[in-house]
Amino acid sequence: MPRVLRLLLLLLLGALGGCASSGEERDPRDPFEGFNRGIYRFNDEVDTWVARPVATVYKKALHPEIRSRVGNFFSNFQDIFIGVNNFLQGKFADGVNDWARFAFNSTFGLLGIHDVASEWGLEKHNEDFGQTFGRWGAPSGPYLVLPFLGSSTVRDGVGTGFDYYFAPLGEVRPINLRNTLYGVYLVNTRADLLDASRILEEAALDRYVFQRDAFLQRRQSLIYDGNPPREKLE
Amino acid sequence: MKRLIAPFILFCVFLAPAFAQESPDALVKTVTLEVVDLIAKDKEIKSGNRAKLVEVIEQKVLPHFNFTAMTALAMGQNWGKATPEQKKLLAEQFKTLLVRTYASALAAYSEQKFDFRPLRAKPTDTDVTVNVRVLQPGAQAVTIDYSMEKTANGWKVYDVMVGGVSLVANYRTEFANTVRNSGIDGLIKDLSAKNKSLEKGAKK
Repeated sequence: MPRVLRLLLLLLLGALGGCASSGEERDPRDPFEGFNRGIYRFNDEVDTWVARPVATVYKKALHPEIRSRVGNFFSNFQDIFIGVNNFLQGKFADGVNDWARFAFNSTFGLLGIHDVASEWGLEKHNEDFGQTFGRWGAPSGPYLVLPFLGSSTVRDGVGTGFDYYFAPLGEVRPINLRNTLYGVYLVNTRADLLDASRILEEAALDRYVFQRDAFLQRRQSLIYDGNPPREKLE
Repeated sequence: MKRLIAPFILFCVFLAPAFAQESPDALVKTVTLEVVDLIAKDKEIKSGNRAKLVEVIEQKVLPHFNFTAMTALAMGQNWGKATPEQKKLLAEQFKTLLVRTYASALAAYSEQKFDFRPLRAKPTDTDVTVNVRVLQPGAQAVTIDYSMEKTANGWKVYDVMVGGVSLVANYRTEFANTVRNSGIDGLIKDLSAKNKSLEKGAKK
């Protein structure tokens, strides 16, 4: 973990250096745009040459039903810390709901591969540490594009650090098994997003801007569980 | 038989305004289910005929959208600076782009279930949000919020929010950037170039 943090710090310093030089009018939410665009291009190359081709083959090879079971398996582990975050935000009923989901899905759902809890009316939630910090009043800070991970902000980047640190998947031993699980998780997740990323490409004039604005709107909505204070468009 | 025609015509005449004044949430539900049903039954669309899908959207969905209002909102302050001719071109190009995006989203649809939320609004309201949730196992439901305004021709959608992301708001920065760099005509040019490249991609 410290190594990752050190790398992040270095990248941030690099960004600050880069930002002093160019003089274009920039978005106040994205002061490091020049630097972020650099990372964005890097991520895009990785995605084009590695992640997307692998995910495409994976999607073609496996029946949707199987992919959905794989997704459920990972989704089940996440419910533990989704619950923790709901408790941290004072949403106790939601937290109990999330832990009940984990209990039912791990047992009746055969290690999570069947999402029986949803069928029984226990809804899946979307929470993470970044949202908890936001709920506690932490401002998002500047927009950041993280290497490999993509869109984030200073607050959500710190949150993601916590998410990974506590991720139950990280506790899996032996290391080989853990790494395999991580690999399957990443490929399965990317495969789920193939349609969405194609739509994004079609819809956007400038993909970087479109993705950034969508991410920032989405996070704001998630922090307020879908009911953010509405900014009226004029 | 003849005796039935007059009452039938009367019935239609009375029905038309009744449909126009259909409540916004009922309208969303009817149109959504109709379109999804059409797509599920149409073999050509299922095998990837994008032109046919666009046709269905144009016939069934477009009449319920106010594209001029959507374009005006996406343009923000720059809308006032556009000439009537530019406004018309902008709305046209923006419409084409949105229809295409919508078609892509629908093509990716795979029999998820819908949860149509009851409308939380007073009967006198003229600006409402209709909530629909798309349910999928193992993941949080995706919310779709339609912002709708009451007009003389019935309720019209002027923004769609997917998972909390407003489509109109999301184009604001892009539009503003382009207008700042190359003017309103530059934006029209960019939009039509984008649409042309997508059309070429679809034909391949």
